[in-house]
Amino acid sequence: MNRRTMGKALMGLATGAAMLALGVGAADAQEKMKVGFVYVGPISDHGYSYQHDQGRLAVEKELGDKVTTTFVENVPEGADAERVIEQLASSGHKLIFTTSFGFMNPTLKVAQRHPDVKFEHATGYKRSANVATYSARFYEARTVIGQIAGKMTKSNIIGYIGSFPIPEVVSGINAFTIAMREVNPKAEVRVVWVNSWYDPGKEAEAAKALIDQGADVISLHTDSPAAIQVAQERGLWVFGQSSDMTRFGPKAHLTAIVDDWREYYVNRVKAALDGSWKSQDTWGGFKDHMLFLAPYNPALPADVVAAAEKTRTDIMEGKRHSFQGPVKDQSGKVVIAEGKQATDEQILKMDWYVEGVQGKVPK
Amino acid sequence: MSAELALLGPILAAMLAAATPLLFAALGELVVEKSGVLNLGVEGMMLVGAVCGFAVAVQTGSSTAGFVAGAAAGAGMAALFGVLTLLLLANQVATGLALTLFGVGLSALIGQGFVGIPIADVPELYIPGLTDLPVIGKALFGQDALVYLALAAVPAVHWFLYATRKGLILRAVGENHAAAHALGYKVIRIRFLAVLFGGAMSGMAGAYLSLDYTPMWAEGISAGRGWIALALVVFATWKPGRVLLGAWLFGGVTIAQLHVQGLGIDIPSQLLSMLPYLATVIVLVVISRDVARIRLNAPASLGKVFHPDA
Repeated sequence: MNRRTMGKALMGLATGAAMLALGVGAADAQEKMKVGFVYVGPISDHGYSYQHDQGRLAVEKELGDKVTTTFVENVPEGADAERVIEQLASSGHKLIFTTSFGFMNPTLKVAQRHPDVKFEHATGYKRSANVATYSARFYEARTVIGQIAGKMTKSNIIGYIGSFPIPEVVSGINAFTIAMREVNPKAEVRVVWVNSWYDPGKEAEAAKALIDQGADVISLHTDSPAAIQVAQERGLWVFGQSSDMTRFGPKAHLTAIVDDWREYYVNRVKAALDGSWKSQDTWGGFKDHMLFLAPYNPALPADVVAAAEKTRTDIMEGKRHSFQGPVKDQSGKVVIAEGKQATDEQILKMDWYVEGVQGKVPK
Repeated sequence: MSAELALLGPILAAMLAAATPLLFAALGELVVEKSGVLNLGVEGMMLVGAVCGFAVAVQTGSSTAGFVAGAAAGAGMAALFGVLTLLLLANQVATGLALTLFGVGLSALIGQGFVGIPIADVPELYIPGLTDLPVIGKALFGQDALVYLALAAVPAVHWFLYATRKGLILRAVGENHAAAHALGYKVIRIRFLAVLFGGAMSGMAGAYLSLDYTPMWAEGISAGRGWIALALVVFATWKPGRVLLGAWLFGGVTIAQLHVQGLGIDIPSQLLSMLPYLATVIVLVVISRDVARIRLNAPASLGKVFHPDA
């Protein structure tokens, strides 16, 4: 699959080069800035990579007269990534978005070789003069859905399907659990790691296992809609991830955390065009329009929806923080003191579970 | 303890379902290898079967039609392999690997318009009384038709290979194609049919995934199950009954590790994810120590090129 898309990309580049050589549209190409996008999944995944591509399309729509965009999908997080990014950088792309955590080191390596090219790396923490980073405060949305889960569960067991035990996912589990316990102190979260971002078969098996253990609400931090289908079949509740997954389980799908990169991408491309671009770290939440919630399931009671909306607007207005102290870890030790909030650094390095999560974080 | 015991039923049921695609693909490959052909393209045939089955099911609204289309698509891929290796005498290992790479790309191409489309899954069997039995009820009487079809294929393949004249001829071709040829058996035709059967079974395995197991199309949906099926054939020393055991073992470990995590038992999840593969490797090593048994059961002409004039 990677070979195929690589091949497609290379063919596209070759065609582009041939067009330049023939002088077709050469003047045009000189005026328009080329912007590249590297995706970890297929844009047709209707999830993580799809949302990034919506950002690219927004750039095309708004700035199509000034820029052209290229994307390469299905790029594995490894040696191939560096080659793909290098290929984009050396073929005249002046701004390149690398949209997965695992592209961090390849992006930095290529950036070092191309100081005149600007890079934007999603969800990473390493920057340099020409590498900026950006991410969304996904945990903010998990506070809202955690609260909904706490109110909707009857068995007081919530199943949580995790991809990899990285801080982004662990902090999501914690934010979810804190909000859930606030409204329902008896509920607990059981986590199953599938060690993959996209493996429908395994995600479905994990969902079934959790449901068989008594979970009646499933939350996921993986990208396929397999768990939505399982919840629909079993007549239980589930939250979608990355994009609105309602059509895979209209009855079961409560809402979904949707990433939205459109505004950020358009702004960054504008900055690159007018010369104001500089390396920085952007970490946006609800208020920066980097994420929103998919329409609530009509089956949700009105008071649950109203409470969820209040939580969301409180977070937006800065009245509520996902990690508001006191927050205790599993041993009961207070990690975030009363009256304090977790610092960004604490969230970015989170490798412990809060009270209410079963099991231990795999190390 | 009773909570854990109550989980036994669901684990058994999930294990049978997880073993089903492996059973289909491994039984097909077993027949292919018994005829003396090594087709490493199982993963590719599975993927093409999965996407074609899904596409037809979406267009016609019938999962039965989709399942048949999946089998046909798998057989189509296998026909390509058969023409290249049996008629044009291409190297079987290289052609099989190429078939997998080709299938991965082709299925993604065909599937472009089918990602993100939901379909209804195949209904599960429900027999009042029997399905409600504790522990074994759901596992034995609450599966969907394809699970039973895969289970039925085990004795069917065994019966064909060891109790029919055609099966005897197929095995003879796999043991010594020159002798079979000298006796007047049409080696290439027999092998071609075996390859087609293997392809159809792989296609069914794929269609089971995209129509039933997770009713959707996603690139690379087989996620390496084709390779596991290949390993299972050796693991089972080319015996259908042992393929069943291997598929259950693999499916069981896969499901059990998810439950262990959910129960919060403190074992690293990465280690647990590795377990099914580790189990396969260990059993392979144990079996391979008994060289005599491997020699006795492995088809002697496996992977060897046959040319009638040679």
